[in-house]
Amino acid sequence: MIVYKHSVSLDPEKCKGCTNCLRRCPTQAIRIRNGKARINSTLCIDCGECIRHCPYKAKKATFDEWDSLDREKYLIALPAPSLFGQFANLDDADYLLQGLINLGFSEVFEVAKAAELVTDYTRAYMQRMGDAHMPFISTACPVVVRLISLRFPTLRSKMVPVMPPIELAGKLAKERALKDHPELNPDNVKTVFISPCPAKVSWVKNTPAEKDCYIDYVVSMSDIYFRLLSKMDRGRIPQVMSESGMIGMSWPSSGGEASALMNDHYLAADGIENIIRVLDDIEMGHFPDLKFVEMNACPGGCVGGVMTVENPYIARVRIRSLQRYMQIQQNHIAIPEGEPLPHEILTVEPGEYSSAEILDADRMRSFRMMSEIERIRNLLPGMDCGSCGAPTCRAHAEDVVRGESKLDDCVIRMRELLRELERDDGK
Amino acid sequence: MTAGQEPLHFHYDVDGNNFTSAGEASVQVKRMLRQMGFHPDLIRRISVAMYEGEINMVIHAKGGVADVYVTPECITVILKDVGPGIKDVKIAMQEGYSTAPDNIRALGFGAGMGLPNMKRYSDDLKIDSVVGVGTTIEMKFLSA
Repeated sequence: MIVYKHSVSLDPEKCKGCTNCLRRCPTQAIRIRNGKARINSTLCIDCGECIRHCPYKAKKATFDEWDSLDREKYLIALPAPSLFGQFANLDDADYLLQGLINLGFSEVFEVAKAAELVTDYTRAYMQRMGDAHMPFISTACPVVVRLISLRFPTLRSKMVPVMPPIELAGKLAKERALKDHPELNPDNVKTVFISPCPAKVSWVKNTPAEKDCYIDYVVSMSDIYFRLLSKMDRGRIPQVMSESGMIGMSWPSSGGEASALMNDHYLAADGIENIIRVLDDIEMGHFPDLKFVEMNACPGGCVGGVMTVENPYIARVRIRSLQRYMQIQQNHIAIPEGEPLPHEILTVEPGEYSSAEILDADRMRSFRMMSEIERIRNLLPGMDCGSCGAPTCRAHAEDVVRGESKLDDCVIRMRELLRELERDDGK
Repeated sequence: MTAGQEPLHFHYDVDGNNFTSAGEASVQVKRMLRQMGFHPDLIRRISVAMYEGEINMVIHAKGGVADVYVTPECITVILKDVGPGIKDVKIAMQEGYSTAPDNIRALGFGAGMGLPNMKRYSDDLKIDSVVGVGTTIEMKFLSA
């Protein structure tokens, strides 16, 4: 089994052992033990909800720090399109791109440019596969890919295998730089993705060793925000650099990727709880006429990523006004109809399916455990208060049966027992 | 099933007043079966068939009860309601036949695939229905 490398972790110094993250974790991967939160790595999908909700900033995301980048290298910035929604009064994308150059990058390659090509590839892929395999599920959000791999095995074959925009951006950026500057040593050309979320970090970290990884560093949007702000010079006309159209810039808002496919039979869901519900419904055969499903773990889409600075709805409005004078689509693929898609761009594969929730490998044992869980659950108050360290009474019953905690860790139950004792004493 | 061991039993009330909650029981059953390590394809069959049954109870019978019995070899789902009953089971089993009201169809339900899907996805389907009294449906799924 391959060990999954996470990008969300805990700072035990800061953790107070409160129940905020416990209740918000969509896969029930968190427990409070000995007064500190603990993340179960087989269940964690790196969605970042715990980072979003921790009042003590005890949940951390692993990123490359801006100061740790080697400036001697030929650094190419890969700005996520959501970055453009972080700044007020940005009436031209080039101000931001010029700002990145001023900050010290040798070159810029917009992820939105690659997104337009992914849109084209996806259209072509759906056309070649035909209606029998519908609905196709977008694989741009790494949280969705991991969630399906772990919990929705029957939907694995519906995932679009086209590489996500960040990977394609990294690949094309490196190819272009080496073509334009043949004197460069390929080892010195490094791509730096500017990310709205930790899930993209996990995605990069978990690229199988035998596959090429086109992203060398991932820095967080919030880390780069103020540095970039000070380098954006509104007084001077920037160089013309932007190579993205309206379609590429529509990707970071929920519904943007799907509507770009020019197909009305799509569904776009955002927010982790919502997408789990949608996946459950699709698995049960609901929505028969659906052709494409776009899902983003963060509210509003990538503009709602935990590493963004601006409110997602404001970011969306800003991007929309930036799009107003853009052409519809600037980047196209050139593959004649009927010809197969290049193998090198069909890289997305679902992770290995192993039910992370399984009670015991032995069926009879897991049966006995399940009946014990039901028995214990009936002894618990059903308040889901979280004081025992598990998110729900049902989860606590599971933990007790798995031998990870004790029935008497339930404070409500203990209080009841205490009251009974007092009553008996009073007699 | 080893002799003397009782099947696991799960009971759910399907609320007929709340259309949006229909399907909750099948999602819970799905999770439970996953925890017990059943094959994903079997779990999908069960959750689709049970979901259709749940929807039917909400649309036609103002809700009902669902009981699920699990042994390592066989999963039995029993859906029971005190609704209007099915006049002619043979006709009701035809694909595309539906008596769902228009407002339900507007939501995308009532395509007349409920019972046919329950038959297709289960290994055995028994329908016991009396007009004016109610309907009991028993579905069996064998774990290969």
